[in-house]
Amino acid sequence: MHPLKLVPDNTNIDFMAFRRIAAVISTVLVIASIALLAARGLNFGIDFVGGQLVRVSFSQDVEIDQLRQRVEALGVGDATIQQFGSPREIAIRMPVPENETPQSASQAAQKLRDTIESAYPGARVGSVEAVSGKVSGELFEKGALALGLAMIAIAIYIWFRFEWQFGVGALLALAQDMLVVLGFFALTQLEFDLNTIAALLTIIGYSLNDKIVIFDRVRENLRKFRRMGIVEILNLSINETLSRTVMTSLSITMPLLVLVFFGPDVIFGFSLAMALGIIVGTWSSMFVGNGILIQFNVSPESFDQKAVGANANAERVAPRER
Amino acid sequence: MLDFPAWKKWLTWATVVFGVLLSVPSLLPPSVSNQLPGWMTRTTVNLGLDLAGGSYILLEAQTSDVRNQRLESMRDTILGEMRRAPRIAIGDISTRDGRVSFMVRDVSQVDAVRERLLPLTAGAGLTGQRDWDIEVRDTTRFVMTPTEAGLTQAVEQAMVDATEVVRRRVDELGTREPTIIRQGANRIVVQVPGLQDPQALKELLGKTARLEFKLVDTTADPAAIARNQAPIGSQILPYPTAGGPIAVQRSTIISGDQIADARQEYDPQTGAPIVGIRFNAEGGRRFARVTQENVGKPFAIIVDNSVISAPNINEQILGGAASISGGFTVESANQLAIALRSGKLPVDLSVIEESTISSELGADSRTSGIIAGAIGTLAIIILMLVAYLRFGVYANIALVVNVLMIIGVMALFNATLTLPGIAGFVLTIGAAVDANVLINERIREERRRGRSVNAAVEFGYREATRAIFDANVTNAIAAVMMFVFGAGPVRGFAVVLIIGIVTSVFTAVTFTRLMVANWLQKRPRELVI
Repeated sequence: MHPLKLVPDNTNIDFMAFRRIAAVISTVLVIASIALLAARGLNFGIDFVGGQLVRVSFSQDVEIDQLRQRVEALGVGDATIQQFGSPREIAIRMPVPENETPQSASQAAQKLRDTIESAYPGARVGSVEAVSGKVSGELFEKGALALGLAMIAIAIYIWFRFEWQFGVGALLALAQDMLVVLGFFALTQLEFDLNTIAALLTIIGYSLNDKIVIFDRVRENLRKFRRMGIVEILNLSINETLSRTVMTSLSITMPLLVLVFFGPDVIFGFSLAMALGIIVGTWSSMFVGNGILIQFNVSPESFDQKAVGANANAERVAPRER
Repeated sequence: MLDFPAWKKWLTWATVVFGVLLSVPSLLPPSVSNQLPGWMTRTTVNLGLDLAGGSYILLEAQTSDVRNQRLESMRDTILGEMRRAPRIAIGDISTRDGRVSFMVRDVSQVDAVRERLLPLTAGAGLTGQRDWDIEVRDTTRFVMTPTEAGLTQAVEQAMVDATEVVRRRVDELGTREPTIIRQGANRIVVQVPGLQDPQALKELLGKTARLEFKLVDTTADPAAIARNQAPIGSQILPYPTAGGPIAVQRSTIISGDQIADARQEYDPQTGAPIVGIRFNAEGGRRFARVTQENVGKPFAIIVDNSVISAPNINEQILGGAASISGGFTVESANQLAIALRSGKLPVDLSVIEESTISSELGADSRTSGIIAGAIGTLAIIILMLVAYLRFGVYANIALVVNVLMIIGVMALFNATLTLPGIAGFVLTIGAAVDANVLINERIREERRRGRSVNAAVEFGYREATRAIFDANVTNAIAAVMMFVFGAGPVRGFAVVLIIGIVTSVFTAVTFTRLMVANWLQKRPRELVI
């Protein structure tokens, strides 16, 4: 019995020949994302802007207009009424009341809940969330802080473990990943909330996984084949790790896609963000991170001082036949 | 590298078995786990509110209250101190601009006043910092400013007390396994699994429950009351059940601190719900004395600055018990009784964040989360099997052990599994497999380069471990950032990730290596991978 091989044994694809086109694609994606973010902005969830969100499942179809009138009669501001899942599942979202007191979000949510329960017998309130403007601001700051610090900490770690060029490459690649995913959120207007921040942080982690695996191989090959040009080294490294990249991307995206399609509605955006992030991350590991290495002309000398360290005794293996 | 000394082998197996055993109580259905002895179910994974249904309430204290209360109480203390013999005449006392200031009438007594004030300002605690600064201006004006250190300490003390009061009140509601945690300088998180309608809880927690008995000022002119003008020494308070505000004397006869117990009862005459209270010994004595001195006069029962009722004192009340009537329903009487016996909150608390998830929605999320997770895992297992055959089997065993160990470790720390946590779980599985993919691909490569079976395996593990290590450290950095700076769901997710990173390195690298080493001892001549 032979194992299934998704990628043939000795691939020799000239990935780097594609790097200028890839750079153009990346640049276009990033610019488009920034433009989208500027033009449409993100659809922040109540975690970040405050307000209240009530999810109701009605026992029969509801007149959205009538529901809207009833909600607006409460005088708590403009409500957004959305279906999710089936037509009887409805999410009602309201902004933070003007003249906010600390507890007003919570009180408004209670009013809304009472109204629905009395006007629609049989309606079940699935969840009630209320966040005051003050807390939401803090949550947003904390989320953004976590994201920023994580990226910097990781880049520093890579700089220490590899070389500064790799740190810069990883950081720029990560920045691209983040921007593209954010752009996607701006485009689709999917709700951007605390869960999304968690998804972004995870994307950072996993997209780095990819970059580190390739960087590790680049470092190894740089030491092994000291006369080879950087472009050839990169091509060789990507090809050598290609079957791993494909296997892992599959094994991670598969369960994520399952979560997107069969998972709970509540984490739909979360799962989608992660699935997208992993695809973008794979792209950026191949082209953005490595592109930077070419720009900075990483060479075996970059590692000479370090060669005394961890892998000084690594066995030298003859170049494989190509 | 592939020679495992016996002790290492045993240690690895012991860790695996221990981790797997720890997961067992969390995996059993409730019908079975309810019959287990307590020590076994103590280490189980908690389900987050998004999976179990329930209410989450974030309360914030108005720390400005503490500031004001301290000023007020310092003013009262100063007045008391100066009245002590030999009396010192002071005047023009005020609590404006966050400080207490007053004038000493006689310049020669400035030193004596300072003498009396100093002991009041010595900070408590070990820091030795004063909690009030004393300053004398224009020779006779004393200005006392609370120090930041003193204020911080007062807020801290108030929050400790408030958390305790909140705990008692939530417990009184008879809810199952509530969690009450202090958060930051001035917040309290209350989580009650299973609670569907938090309205009663919010009302209860919103009550400061400051109970005071004061004499009604019968001399006050009704027209003046209507204009909100109280006679000197009195104040005007709302009296909702009587229709209009009334005037009461400022000085408190008796306060909630003297309550020993409070219960919802029924009025023996009318059958209406009332709140029966019992005073402690001191409160009972004082109540007896005051009622004796004021027979025939009305007194007001005040809760949180609102008059509940104002009965006449018909006779001296002995025995240290009293009852409050005032248009209660059974629920409202019960709520007041709970609030009174759990003590007054030292600060006002308001709900700044709230989320309630019904148990149906929780169960739905749980089911679809688990199904999605199971399908994902199954897909990975099949993929690994067809891609790496024997080594895929090892990876899959490690994967299953990893899943169980994550559950086990979470149970050990009583960590909470949330919906994003399930997603984190699924991702961890993907990442754990990545380690085996890296190793196996490397082994393939080394075989192609013509290394022997043993050498290829040895090299595969050694070379791949470096990348696995770096990748996991960076992931751990992201997870730690999420835990430290994140809030709510982000932290729940981070916990699963951190635990998952540790267990997956162990299972995917150490544990599979043990299995592979075992197999290599049979000296296989061929390696199909």
